[in-house]
Order: sequence, then structure tokens, then C-alpha cells
Amino acid sequence: MSRKKPEKLIDEKDVRLDGRGLKELRPIKIEVGVLGNADGSAYIEQGKNKILAAVYGPKEAHPKHLAIADRALLRCRYHMAPFSVEDRKSPAPSRREVELSKVIREALEPAVFAEYYPRTSIDTFIEVLQADGGTRCAAITVASLALADAGIPMRGLVSACAAGKVEGRLVLDLMDAEDKGGEADLPLAWMPNLNAITLLQMDGNLTIDEFEQALNMAVEGCKQIHGLQKETLKAKYVAVKEEVEE
Amino acid sequence: MNLPTFFETREIVTPGDLLAEDEYVAGDNTYKEENKIYATRVGLVQYENRRVSVVALKAFYVPSVGDMVIGKVVEIGLGSWIIDIRAPYPALLRASDAFNRPFRPQRDDMPSILDVGDLVMGKIIAYDRTRAPLLTIREPDLGRVERGQTIEVTPTKIPRVIGRKGSMITMLKNETNCQITVGQNGVILVSGRSAKDEQLAVMAIRKIEEEAHTSGLTDRVTQMVKSEKRGVEHVSEET
Repeated sequence: MSRKKPEKLIDEKDVRLDGRGLKELRPIKIEVGVLGNADGSAYIEQGKNKILAAVYGPKEAHPKHLAIADRALLRCRYHMAPFSVEDRKSPAPSRREVELSKVIREALEPAVFAEYYPRTSIDTFIEVLQADGGTRCAAITVASLALADAGIPMRGLVSACAAGKVEGRLVLDLMDAEDKGGEADLPLAWMPNLNAITLLQMDGNLTIDEFEQALNMAVEGCKQIHGLQKETLKAKYVAVKEEVEE
Repeated sequence: MNLPTFFETREIVTPGDLLAEDEYVAGDNTYKEENKIYATRVGLVQYENRRVSVVALKAFYVPSVGDMVIGKVVEIGLGSWIIDIRAPYPALLRASDAFNRPFRPQRDDMPSILDVGDLVMGKIIAYDRTRAPLLTIREPDLGRVERGQTIEVTPTKIPRVIGRKGSMITMLKNETNCQITVGQNGVILVSGRSAKDEQLAVMAIRKIEEEAHTSGLTDRVTQMVKSEKRGVEHVSEET
């Protein structure tokens, strides 16, 4: 992570700072069940992003007045570690983190069968260990895996990915430098099986045509991520099965 | 009948996977939307006649009337114990149930029957999701757990621990000389004459948990227990 500001984010051959093409995701590594004490957990590395998610529940809601009579209470905490960015971040929740916690919760809520377990709470903790742009999307991707790992019934996985506009060109999966130096950022969370969008934000400016193109690009990105998510969930069981059955 | 299905039986599926269309009926851990059946949990898919279901590989316990469970006393309330049965809801055990007569707070000493931290084996007699599940200990073999050790497994793997018509559990009991009591909530109580016996039983149950989704499990576990037994005896001779 250098502090130098590069002159150009994309060169003449449409190659980006980290060597990616315009419609290419950063390399992704996902793992589930990484924490022994949580009911469900997952870890993702997407480029330089490193994010851990843990899920507890469904369990009795505390404080009790928050319990909802006809469904589970879904709570979500997005938090960035003090060492996750270049200048130390105060560990206290910032305005941005409170807002992201809310939008991530709302992106996950449609996926969870909360009505099966009334009066309980399902708590999701997302810890950003290292941030390099697009953490809200990676956080949604990893949190939905942690929920599945906890055995919470879901309508489907949620995959998330951003698209945006940098130096006049539409690109997929923006990293920090592109997010800051670019013209627009469009994070999207998508449920592949129901073809439902659960989060859509935009900062910057896009024309209507560009918006549609960017949206389709982000959906394509989500599809790739969804494939990885499914693979990861199965991997641990497939490995055991292959080992013992040969 | 041959309508489209999208997986082989016993194939691993993830939440949101499309399992079947049209005429099929949604069973456990699945849901139907616009005539399509999707999985809701990670598990093994099963097609039985027209019923599509998923045997979850990881889930939590949901109480059901008639289940035998093993729980831990977390609190002594006014006239009842509150018991953690590893479910989304804590269970209630009435003092009148334990004393077998109306509870008299001035005279009856609840902690002498069950204290906080005690393990208790109980049976669920009432549960409807609107109130806490209710336990009873007024049946033979129920009540405070006096000895042994507990292991916790995912509740959906309990049928594998028991085996077809109890084949697995009978084999384990015979081979390890341990008493094994299985709580439907995923808590298993193992009590044997020696620590070595218990260790072996625990090891076998861990293996069952790990490989629950594979076939030919009973044979492999039998083999492991037998070879371990030989190994254990061998070691004890040396020392």
C-alpha cells in the first residue's frame, strides 16, 4: 500500500494498477468455519481486503424488549480494526460503520427465514482486518457464508460486488485507489437464485446508459462470486467424503 | 414419474440451490417459490417419490415434544429451573414436576435437587414456539446426570450416531463397554468404567460426526474402534 498517488489508474491497454483488466475481479480466497467459538464463521480475502465474519444464534434476544414477537431479530455489526487502514482508525464505531452495519443487515435480511424463530436474535459480527475498497460488498459475501455455516435457513446466498467508472471507463470490483480517484462507485448485493437485488448504492455520477452497463457488470461479478461461495461451502465436506470413500 | 431434478440423491447442496420443479413437494430444509424448490441449508439432497428434502450437515436443535434432551441448569427461578438445551429457546423445568407435588417455596429447597451448573436429562412435554419448551424429569432414567462426560454434535447427525435400527449405537456400547445416552439436542452422555473406555467412545462419536455424510460409516467406525482397542491394550501393557 503506497502513499504515492499514481498519475493514471488505467493505462492505454486497459490494464489497471494491479494488472487487472476492466471486467476482472480481484483474486478471491474464501474459507468457512474458521472460528471455533462462534456458531458460524467465514473469512474472505479479496485482493488486499481481509474480512472475518462470525454469526451467533438464533438465541434468546437480549435485551428482551428488542425481541420481535413474530420473527427473529437480525443484528449486524460492521467494524474496522484500528490497523485496517493506513492511518490508525479509532476503534469506536464511526458514523460510516454504523451506516454500513445497517445497509449490510438490510442486504442480508431478505435471505434469512427469520419468521421460523420468533423472539430470538441472530447476531452477525463483521471485522475488517485490512481494507482496500469494496469492503461492504466483501462483507456481505462473507457474512452470508457465515450465516449458512451457522445452519440458519436461508432463501439463498447473497453475493455482492461493485462496479464503477474510473477515468471515463466502466470497471468491475473497484479497489481503494480507484474508488477515491474514480468518478463513480456502484456497490450491488444480489441473490442469484431469486434474481433479487438486496443492496444498491451509488456515489458519483453515471449516465443512465452507463448505470445499466455498470449494473450488468456488477451482476456478472456477483455470479462469479456466487460460484466461489458454493464451492467453499461444499469444499470441507467433499474433502472428507473423497478421503474416506476414495 | 420422471420430472426434472437438478441433483443426484445424496449430493451436497447449498442454500438457494434449485432442487426440483413443478410436481415435487418441499420437505425438510427446502422451500417452494413459484413452483421451484430450493434448499435452505447446506446438506445432502434426497428425492423420495415426490418429496424433496435436505439432510442438513450443520443445524441447531429445534425442540419437539417427546424428545429426550440433555441440558445444563443456568438459573433457578421462582418455582422453576431454567435449562439450556442448546436450542434457540431456554427450557423450563417446573419445581412441582421435580417434587411431584405442589411447590412450597418456604419449605422446598430447589438447589438440593438441581443446582446451577448441573447437567439434567429431561423430556420435552410441551412446546409451541410461543412459550419456552417445558421439560419433565418424572420418568425413569431422567433427572440429574451423576457421572460420565458429554460430547456435543450437530443435532442433525444424531440419527447417524444411532444408526439404522440402532446398529451404530449398539455396536459402540458393546465394543467400548460404555453407557451411551443420546439427547436429541445433540448432547451425548458417555459413561464407562474407565477413562480409556470413555475416550474410545468419544473418539468414535467424533469420527461419526466428521464423516456423517459418507456411506459405509458403521463398518469404518467398527474397524477403527477394534483397531484402537488393540492399540490401547498394547500401550497399557508397555507402561
